[in-house]
Amino acid sequence: MNAPNKSGWKPEMNASEDGMHQGPATVTGNRALMLEEPLLFEIGHANETGVDLPEPQFGANRFGGFERNAAIGLPGLSEPETMRHYTRLSRQNYAIDLGLFPLGSCTMKHNPRLNEKVARMPGFADVHPLAPISTVQGALQVIHELGEWLKALTGMPAVAMSPKAGAHGELCGILAIRAALEARGDAREVVLCPESAHGTNPATAAFAGYRVEDIPATAEGRVDVAALKARLGPDVAAVMITNPNTCGLFERDFKVIADAVHAAGGFVYCDGANFNAIVGKVRPGDLGVDAMHINLHKTFSTPHGGGGPGSGPVVFSEALAPFAPLPVVVEDRGQYRMIEEEDAGENHSSTFGRMTAFHGQMGMFTRALTYILSHGADGLKQVAEDAVLNANYILRSLDDLLDAPFGASGPCMHEALFGDRGFAEGLSTLDLAKAMIDEGYHPMTMYFPLVVHGAMLIEPTETESKAGLDQFIAALRGLAERAKAGDESMKQAPFYAPRRRLDETLAARKPVLAWAEDEE
Amino acid sequence: MPRYFTDEHEWVDVEGSTATVGITDYAQGQLGDIVFVELPSVGKQLEKGDDAAVVESVKAASDVYAPISGKVLESNEDLEEDPALVNTDPEDGGWFFRMTVSDESELEGLMDEAAYKAFADSL
Repeated sequence: MNAPNKSGWKPEMNASEDGMHQGPATVTGNRALMLEEPLLFEIGHANETGVDLPEPQFGANRFGGFERNAAIGLPGLSEPETMRHYTRLSRQNYAIDLGLFPLGSCTMKHNPRLNEKVARMPGFADVHPLAPISTVQGALQVIHELGEWLKALTGMPAVAMSPKAGAHGELCGILAIRAALEARGDAREVVLCPESAHGTNPATAAFAGYRVEDIPATAEGRVDVAALKARLGPDVAAVMITNPNTCGLFERDFKVIADAVHAAGGFVYCDGANFNAIVGKVRPGDLGVDAMHINLHKTFSTPHGGGGPGSGPVVFSEALAPFAPLPVVVEDRGQYRMIEEEDAGENHSSTFGRMTAFHGQMGMFTRALTYILSHGADGLKQVAEDAVLNANYILRSLDDLLDAPFGASGPCMHEALFGDRGFAEGLSTLDLAKAMIDEGYHPMTMYFPLVVHGAMLIEPTETESKAGLDQFIAALRGLAERAKAGDESMKQAPFYAPRRRLDETLAARKPVLAWAEDEE
Repeated sequence: MPRYFTDEHEWVDVEGSTATVGITDYAQGQLGDIVFVELPSVGKQLEKGDDAAVVESVKAASDVYAPISGKVLESNEDLEEDPALVNTDPEDGGWFFRMTVSDESELEGLMDEAAYKAFADSL
């Protein structure tokens, strides 16, 4: 049944150069429980079937000749074949439940199992978005209470729960800004994005029809306030600032910047992806933010990175609140209802529209509210403190060995940033990242932010123990020493992964995106 | 034929009223393996400093700016098939586009080879 792996890759484990894994080649290509897994299409062919269904007994249909006649070409597999395929693949995956996941700007924290228990309660898991409002009062209460928490934590008076991820939330915020400007007949064309902002910010502004202009960073890794102020004018619709920024630093001049933007008639968007470092400590509303998205899947521990959908609610200032999208969940004498277009009324008559068909990611709302309630206000504060402490522990445990370009800019926030200066000629951040795989770690975010040469952005989050961090630091110190000493073998890493160094250039230049029978 | 350089790591060869533009060997080395180049369409009017092209490597996507003002006359179609030319032959066969020189005085603000080399060494 198992067809040979025609995709061309073979395990190279039996040819390990250091001799550690020398042994007889296996017939299957497997190595004990390290399994060689073909593609789904190579296991079951389109002309086979793994299930026994009765012939369909349809009479005449009403498709008017548009019904499909050709084969779809899906592989025919049985249930156990399918289960085993995906379970085998999952064993080759790296996940937050396996180990530290140091991706900077991603806040890959532990997802508490209590969240999962609550999300699976039938009253939340089995409701339908079109169910009568009277039958889903509990679900609406969750949305409402979570919204109240987000407003309290950010110090902002309004919230839109429907955006489904960070960039979707950015778009929601920028559309509200555009609606507010249009409502006062003020056609502005430019959105300013500092170099220390997330890459999605300029993309969002461009997508919403604005011209994007860069604002440089200072040598210490923060927004160049003088350059930003000099650029402000009647054509600037908004400034999008990530705080804490992608250099892992708190933008301590944020209030000054926001006041200047407001004085020039513009709005302030804050990318809240890095909110984990300041949750419970700083209220963005106090800094003059007009709109900010919150990644529930980062700060509030709902699964992401292949583990689940994102969720990016957006909080709004008083000035933008009337333009926020619908629907909005409101409470009225203990009863919850959703305000839609048809009952928008005076309070919501300026809404710019909607971001989604329904109310947002219910499964993420239940998890995030569970996380918030189980931590409490004091617990959330400690989340931020521990996240910052862990990142600084990494920064100061490595900055004697790795170049820390903003190490002198004071304590970092949620993430530690290093560059590749000092590596031996010919060795790069990529080589170090690949060698991390051999050490059993998922590599950190690399080559971002662009302002640092060979950037390595490490975010440990609060969920790692000191022992776990010490082991990670020891591994990184070993790799950094090899990179500085010019250990050429790093260019061959990873040695111990099921696949060796993949040709990323060829994959980008000649991507093979669909399996085809005659690929050879 | 004089060759000029910009602080955005582009080179400009000027022949009469036509300029050929590409990115420097230093720039391709920093970018790493180039996987895609987006070129300006012929006839496009560029102001000095406009986004003229996009070069994408395994590490990052970067804008290539118009080093001077002028109209695009031709773009290097070889790069569509083989973007790796920018890595292997950046300052000759890996050229990006040719354009008119609408204001010769703009060339005065650019660097010569020695000045660019000193600039790149300082980075």
